[in-house]
Amino acid sequence: MSGAKSRAPELRSSFANVRGLLPRWAWILIFLGLAIAYPYVVPNLLGGGAGDDLLDASVNTLGYIIMALGLNIVVGFAGLLDLGYVAFYAIGAFVIGWLASGQFEHVHLDVLTDVQKVLPGFHINFVIVVIIAAAFTGLWGVILGAPTLRLRGDYLAIVTLAFGEIVPRVFENWTFVSNGRQGITPIDRVYFPGVGELNYPIELAGIYFVGLGMVLVTLFVNIRLRDSRLGRAWIAVREDEVAAAAMGVNLVRTKLWAYAVGAAFGGFAGAFLGAYRNTVNVDQFEFGFSVFILCMIIIGGMGNVAGVILGAIALSMLDRFILPQLNDVPDAIGLNFDLTAVNFGIFGFFLLVMMVLRPEGFIPSSRRRLELHSGEVDDVAADRTGVGEPGEALYEARR
Amino acid sequence: MFRRVASAVWQNILWIGLAAWVLFYAFQDPTETLDDVKTGISNGTIWALIALGYTLVYGIIELINFAHGDVFMLGSFVAVSMWTWLGISAGSSVIVIILGIAGVLIVSMLATGSLNVLIERVAYRPLRNAPKLAPLITAIGMSFILQNVGSLWYGLPTSVPDLIGSQKTLFTIFDVDVVRSDVFAVAVTLPLLIALLVFVGRTRYGKAMRATAQDPDAARLMGINVDRTIALTFLIGGLLAGAAGLIYALYNGTVRFNEGFTAGLIAFTAAVMGGIGNLKGAVVGGLIIGVVQSISDDHYGQQWTEAVVFGILILIMVFRPDGLFGEEVRPG
Repeated sequence: MSGAKSRAPELRSSFANVRGLLPRWAWILIFLGLAIAYPYVVPNLLGGGAGDDLLDASVNTLGYIIMALGLNIVVGFAGLLDLGYVAFYAIGAFVIGWLASGQFEHVHLDVLTDVQKVLPGFHINFVIVVIIAAAFTGLWGVILGAPTLRLRGDYLAIVTLAFGEIVPRVFENWTFVSNGRQGITPIDRVYFPGVGELNYPIELAGIYFVGLGMVLVTLFVNIRLRDSRLGRAWIAVREDEVAAAAMGVNLVRTKLWAYAVGAAFGGFAGAFLGAYRNTVNVDQFEFGFSVFILCMIIIGGMGNVAGVILGAIALSMLDRFILPQLNDVPDAIGLNFDLTAVNFGIFGFFLLVMMVLRPEGFIPSSRRRLELHSGEVDDVAADRTGVGEPGEALYEARR
Repeated sequence: MFRRVASAVWQNILWIGLAAWVLFYAFQDPTETLDDVKTGISNGTIWALIALGYTLVYGIIELINFAHGDVFMLGSFVAVSMWTWLGISAGSSVIVIILGIAGVLIVSMLATGSLNVLIERVAYRPLRNAPKLAPLITAIGMSFILQNVGSLWYGLPTSVPDLIGSQKTLFTIFDVDVVRSDVFAVAVTLPLLIALLVFVGRTRYGKAMRATAQDPDAARLMGINVDRTIALTFLIGGLLAGAAGLIYALYNGTVRFNEGFTAGLIAFTAAVMGGIGNLKGAVVGGLIIGVVQSISDDHYGQQWTEAVVFGILILIMVFRPDGLFGEEVRPG
């Protein structure tokens, strides 16, 4: 452990040196430029099928990034472990299933869409649906959050888990709203007045930019919230609830906002993925998915926006491209063993190893790192000064 | 006076509601409800055994051992593979079957017990001093790994040889047929429960467990080996989960690799219902959940039962996180 500790500051300072080469706005422009050029450059480099495959995976990844950023607000910023995030994904996806398909045969309402006056059901423009989905899931976040605020952290995790199990069950059995296991399909394609309908199974760049735009909105809200009064309150609550309350932080309101905003992004992404995949089906919504998103946050570094984005990209691509390839590995070393069957075990293994060896993630937020290694820090401080610092002693006592 | 009654009613509104719910169906159709209660109790013994594992571990290190349901699942897999390997089937002679069940019970209990100790060593002990959510996350990781082991072991739902002739009626009481699997479940569970209560309540090791649960630091100062006591707790929880796995296999007739997740959540609900950390509470909670399940199966259909149980879990967590009897070992 001591080796890792002595290396870490060097690594961090070299990272800071690279970052210091250019001003912040230049970095933003560079990343933005790369993201915009991506759908035009990469498929051409890879050519035809492989390029389309990668772009398809990238569009899905954009959805996962939004969800990871949303969950990061709840878990990373406010420190409330949410194991039922899939429920918000499900609700958001069903909102677009209801409002942009022929699911409800006896009503007819068109708002800014291409399919006007032809098909039964609600057909509402994607942008409006996405906003409704985010608001509706945010409301559900509050409904779930309000009664559970008094609970201890681990109880809270289980309540959210139970909620994440109930929501898909309700959708599965209440066939009027969901068509049961068949799901709702087809869902209207994304349409913009002036641009027309995006034909995304064939041409993916358009929907990629829709996703990218949504990621940027999420990112902007995320960073602004983190640096706001509310964001500081979240971190204060995470670090020490009692102290935060004593400093005048309104615990109820702070936590409810975390739930609402986190859930809203789940619905935001759910509506996007529902529209992109052209189907909403209860089979997608299981506990494993909540853990998949949680894994992204933990691997990247809880509470750190850049880390979470990288974690989401890494895991989503791993899930899509690397894990299916694993099939050949045991063959190559002479074993008859299907590694594709172990993909969710691999995520479990990631969680385990990360939490035991590097709980702060690969790109930690410095504050979170201190928190997760406070035991060791205390030892060092005690060795150096003979006594622990008073603040740390307090933290120890709380734990 | 009135106010006191009203507040007592309000505090126990959850239990009163639950009782009213059962009584409502009992008045509608007494025989059927009695049948549900019977099925519920025999099924509930399985949840009680798993719930004890949750409650023991939570009582001592305040960790929701998320992987416990999957340990139970592996227990049932061990039992089924052992029977297949030994060639014991429903056609074997009575002596072979009895010895086969007893022997395999011991094997699967030992297997899950040692597995649980191993899990504690690998996944929880390194995080003993970390923030509370860290071991919960490793527990989820462990649960996924075990589930994956299960899916490699038996990828598809596997049927279990019907060794006990589970659906044969043994006797009929108030028009309710009591079948062999009901009696089997209760007959295996009861001695285990008594042994557990005696062990925790009367022996030196049990005393060490209770002391560690109350205050690990003080226990260490008194010369108790805390690490070993915690490992012992995991061992006992694992033993009970293995027994539950075997009963479940014979009782249900099929085993699946994802049975542990649902079973774990149901059993956790039972543990919380009884007041987590409270052994007798876990047993009572298991039986109550069993009854709730069978009534819900009967009246709302099986597909809603999970939602009903998880709904109850949320209600308990929100309104009475202390459960029926409160936490026995450690205040709030």
